[in-house]
Amino acid sequence: MFLGYAVGVGKSFRMLDEARRRRERGEDVIVGATQTKVSPLVEALLDKMQVIPLRIVGGVPAMDVEAILRRHPQFCLVDGLAYDNPPGSLHPKRWQDVEHLLSNGISVITTVNLQHIEERQEEVEKITGKHVKATVPLDFLRYADEIEIVDAPPDFCLQRGDIPPAGEIGAAISLPQELSELREIALLLAADVVDCQLEAYLARNGIKQVWGTHERILVCVSRYADAALTIASGRRNADRFHGELFVGHIKRSYMTPEERIVLERNLAEAQAASARIEALDGEDVAGTFIQFARGHGITQIFLTNRMRIRWWERIFGTPVEHLIRAAENIDVRVFPG
Amino acid sequence: MPDSFHRGTVKIFLGYAAGVGKTYQMLDEAHKLKGNGVDVVIGYFEPHGRKDTIAKAEGLEIIPRRKVDYRGAVFGETDIDAILLRHPQVCVIDEFAHSNVPGSAQAKRWEDVQVLLDAGINVLTTMNVQHLESLNDQVWQFTGIRVRETIPDWVVKQADEVVMVDLPPQALLNRLTRGAVYAPEKARQAMENFFKESTLVALRELAIRQTAHEVDVRHSVLQEDGGTPWPGSQAMDTLSTQKSSATDRILILVTEDPSSAALIRRGRRVADYLKADCFAVCVHCDKTQDISPLQRETVGKHMNFARNLHIETQVLQGENMARTLVDFARLHQVTQIFLARPQHEMWPVFLGRGLVERVVRLARGIQVTIVAGRRQ
Repeated sequence: MFLGYAVGVGKSFRMLDEARRRRERGEDVIVGATQTKVSPLVEALLDKMQVIPLRIVGGVPAMDVEAILRRHPQFCLVDGLAYDNPPGSLHPKRWQDVEHLLSNGISVITTVNLQHIEERQEEVEKITGKHVKATVPLDFLRYADEIEIVDAPPDFCLQRGDIPPAGEIGAAISLPQELSELREIALLLAADVVDCQLEAYLARNGIKQVWGTHERILVCVSRYADAALTIASGRRNADRFHGELFVGHIKRSYMTPEERIVLERNLAEAQAASARIEALDGEDVAGTFIQFARGHGITQIFLTNRMRIRWWERIFGTPVEHLIRAAENIDVRVFPG
Repeated sequence: MPDSFHRGTVKIFLGYAAGVGKTYQMLDEAHKLKGNGVDVVIGYFEPHGRKDTIAKAEGLEIIPRRKVDYRGAVFGETDIDAILLRHPQVCVIDEFAHSNVPGSAQAKRWEDVQVLLDAGINVLTTMNVQHLESLNDQVWQFTGIRVRETIPDWVVKQADEVVMVDLPPQALLNRLTRGAVYAPEKARQAMENFFKESTLVALRELAIRQTAHEVDVRHSVLQEDGGTPWPGSQAMDTLSTQKSSATDRILILVTEDPSSAALIRRGRRVADYLKADCFAVCVHCDKTQDISPLQRETVGKHMNFARNLHIETQVLQGENMARTLVDFARLHQVTQIFLARPQHEMWPVFLGRGLVERVVRLARGIQVTIVAGRRQ
């Protein structure tokens, strides 16, 4: 699947270029669906390919799934994955057509634009102010065998005169600032998909080590210290790193009413910061947090220092000090209490 | 120099491994520019014997490499003087992170590129994410390989555009087995080292995230300055608060300990993401002869390394390292102090606290970050 952030970044070209290379290697590749209007460059590549014509259903073109199944190629190109089929088609959505081909043993090479990813639509609409009807669920990207980013600086999309106007449902977007924001979202989306692949790989191979490709912050909260500032900073840092925020606390069977109030206030802050809240079991504070951090690929631990230090802690060290010592390859940031 | 003079701009094609198609895509762009009537030449390119890439260079003017004799072998390096003389609008320079043969005018190719930019020549170049200085420790952590040829982050930040050249790892591995990247023997070696699927997936994620970050940095600048080009990054890191709108100020404590390098890289990286000011200090004890001349020299090297990453440095004098550090931090409204994790962590607390503990206790009101001694 070729993922782009806007119309005109060159997804169709890249897809057809791959098809050309596969054909040169003797693979059986055909074109199942193209855009209605294409650039001259794409046109030239298309001329060399076998194209299964679109079927017209009630005056609207749609991919001819049955004809493709009859032809049964090794690879089928499907440009514009997010396309709503006309009523009376086999499936309402083109991505469902693609699933149909896949389940019949035909591999599919396809393109999709960020604005059509269902889970990112709201975010994209805020930037472009345009609503796009046709969507593809994010899970479809996650289950793709391969996803490839088609990246280009915004000026490239703007300079290209050959952008098909409204070829894909959303009209061409114009402002460089908008394009740049869309580009960032698309890249981060791709990074998350790749991160899932990496995690799956590490889990499959039983690798417990923190690889640190993705920043994950764990804020440790307690029933002793107000952690509002630490959590707020955790949120801000997680956003800046485009990372994830966890807030962890250790379950205790007995707490004084005052302690309970402090803990509940901390957890309410965590909820407001939309952190993943984790209640952990364990006697040893530092050890429990560290174990959780290792298991969840945490790269930074945030904690609030306590003002009050007990006499035995003066001798044997505070939990904060123990945690710093045990953290090994995780950064620890201590916040003033 | 005429009024209309503009410093050249850089466009970086960023990848995550050899063979993803950086050079190919760069040459493709060169052809497009040429087609639009732009005067483009190839200053250096490294086809690694790849058919597709060599074919892609056809029709583009190539400035011959400068032959350099070094220890009985002949090397071909970028001929900067010849490029300056030819003075094209755009020059293609492959492998941004390359180190020149000793005795060259500049030690690094990225420094060669600075010379071209200063002369108003625009540059297209390629690099892999693992060559970025601030990622050196992370990459080492999961590959086991210390990348020696690195580029300071500010050099990349100065580029006008960073474009990600992507290819799924499996496709890259297929290319490698087909012999499209390296000759068979080298390909086999590569697959045992850098080209393990897990490593490639991790590097790819780093490259995508880095590109997203570069995009983010550039459009924030667009927003703040109404579209003026990226300012020299040195101005962003100055100690004088007036010029900076940063809310975070990071102070790194540099010592003779080898962990200082990782600490500096991490501090630089965090500062870049938080858009924070960043500076580094070392503390010299004026009375007691607590460190040897050799150790002092090592501290100096670390301070120099920090300056190379555009971190402003200062040498502090004081008896008590923790107190001197915290006092300086207070005076300069530092919000975060960066310390290395102590190497010998098993000392009993009652025998006297380590530096980290002392700084944490003194630093009331200032955050203290203890940076991981990244290990494999």
